[in-house]
Amino acid sequence: MVPTTETVLGVFAHVDTTVHALEELRAKGYHDLTVYTPVPVHEIEEVLERDRPVSRVRLFTLIGGLTGAVSGFLLTIWSALVWGLTTGGKPVVSIPPFVVIAFELTILFGGLATLIGMVVLGRLPRLAPSPTFDPRFTNDRFGVAVHCATGRGGSVREILRGAGAEEVRP
Amino acid sequence: MSDSPPTSPTFADVNRDVLRTLGPPGNLYFAWMSVVALILAGGILAWTGQIWWGMGMAGKRVPQQWAMYITTFVFWIGIGHAGTLISAILYLFRARWRTSIYRAAEAMTIFAVLTAGLFPLIHAGRMWFAYFLVPYPNQRDLWPNFRSPLVWDVFAISTYLTISTVFFIVGLIPDIAAVRDASTGWRRRIYALLSLGWEGSDSQWRHYRRAYGLFAALATPLVLSVHSVVSWDFAMALVPGWHSTLFAPFFVDGAIFSGFAMVLVLVLPMRHFFKLHAYIQDKHLDAMGKLILVTGLVLTYFYVCEIFTTLYSGDEFDKASLFWKVTKSYAWALWTMYFCNCVAPLILFWKKARTSPVVLYVVSILVLIGMWFERFNIIVPSLGHAFYPWAWGIYVPTLTDTSIVIGSFAWFLLLFLGFIKVMPSLSIVEVKETLPPPLKDRVHGPHH
Repeated sequence: MVPTTETVLGVFAHVDTTVHALEELRAKGYHDLTVYTPVPVHEIEEVLERDRPVSRVRLFTLIGGLTGAVSGFLLTIWSALVWGLTTGGKPVVSIPPFVVIAFELTILFGGLATLIGMVVLGRLPRLAPSPTFDPRFTNDRFGVAVHCATGRGGSVREILRGAGAEEVRP
Repeated sequence: MSDSPPTSPTFADVNRDVLRTLGPPGNLYFAWMSVVALILAGGILAWTGQIWWGMGMAGKRVPQQWAMYITTFVFWIGIGHAGTLISAILYLFRARWRTSIYRAAEAMTIFAVLTAGLFPLIHAGRMWFAYFLVPYPNQRDLWPNFRSPLVWDVFAISTYLTISTVFFIVGLIPDIAAVRDASTGWRRRIYALLSLGWEGSDSQWRHYRRAYGLFAALATPLVLSVHSVVSWDFAMALVPGWHSTLFAPFFVDGAIFSGFAMVLVLVLPMRHFFKLHAYIQDKHLDAMGKLILVTGLVLTYFYVCEIFTTLYSGDEFDKASLFWKVTKSYAWALWTMYFCNCVAPLILFWKKARTSPVVLYVVSILVLIGMWFERFNIIVPSLGHAFYPWAWGIYVPTLTDTSIVIGSFAWFLLLFLGFIKVMPSLSIVEVKETLPPPLKDRVHGPHH
């Protein structure tokens, strides 16, 4: 069976050439791109973020935080009701001290949910390296992997080389 | 960016220089490790003795049931504040000088909180019942008293430890990937596992960056709350010298003050021995010196407020407690604290002092001594001179509790020294982010 898509990888040494390649590719209609960078680069993100919604990690944080707040109040109020400590004329359900517990649990659950969101959405952990990954991408090189229909590889290679890729493969 | 000096390190330099710190350690390192391990062994021996013979070994009796252990507990929790302050608050404020010290500071935070966490257990005596502190369903339907500041403390500190650890590990992931890609053999396999297979693809960075900002946003109120909660352990009680609404900001400020001192105590030798002068520059030391100076001045203001409030309130017990602290048995501790926390940092008004590693080191050590004594002065003399004359008393440290307190410093250093040899103690990614990005066309830069 002939595969219907192929992948071309361009390795870049500079941010501006990478951005240039991305602009070219998008102008030519290639949108299925994976970009590897050693650091998050604002200019590259700006090109890629144009047709993508904001990361959904924040939704995880919101839900986690709210769960924490609610469970903090539920735990304290419920346990005070089942084991009432009547002391010093204070109400059994004393909200001000319970706010401390609810606050801490908001942060705790919110933080853990954010971690889960990052891991799930970023598809981590990744057991085997992606075929287009190169160890230089955690050092000082930038990679642009273009996923395109079979037969379009030639023109993609041309764009990558034209933009200034120091290496194009396959 | 294009006019940056040609000497500025490149991305590859950063990888090389940081990975160099993970090379095989020399004899000096092992000598240090041995000393630290010996001191720790002394501490463990003392603790074993305390478990065997009982809490009397720690010199604890009425009225000072809280003594060295709680002092040291609060001290370590305070140390643990600078890391999250640097990594969360300074991140939100986009203070770029934080990048070269934040990893060491975060590691310090976690190890400090781990050290602090031991003390309530050591202090409680029968630490195998520590799980009583945690709310869990049990056959007696018994729940913790959520009105007690001690239970708030359990929640605050375990949340703080969890969130700082998550923040720390998340920050480490891309760096571990860089270490993985530069190592071979079994090391590579371990780092590959720890890096979760990080590749730095755009979709990974996209969620990572968003998550990192959210962690910072969550950790910022957390760091301010933790020491406030610790301060309420005291402020909620009626003991003269404790019962004050000033305590929360007073504790938070002191924590940041001592935390920065500890960061310097750890980072200055790191910079010297790892030759990281290109990354931890004088301007970083200068910024840290300024923060110590500012928090020190704020702390002095709080001391003045504390004394003023006592004198102005007209409360006889408060005034008696203050008079006793300033002039009697523990006066030496109080004046040591005033000197170390209020006078010593004043030298940092001079820029020369702020950029001199020796001066900074000496000031930092004095600040750490001063801040340990601050907690001692809050706890021991206050308890020793509360309301009833028949309950007054003097506490004298014993060999057991002194060994355990000194051992805790060894435990902390052991963790830190171990860490700097297995993980990048300088953030590869964040240091690179502050460098000018590699551009082919240096004149025009990227498209804006």
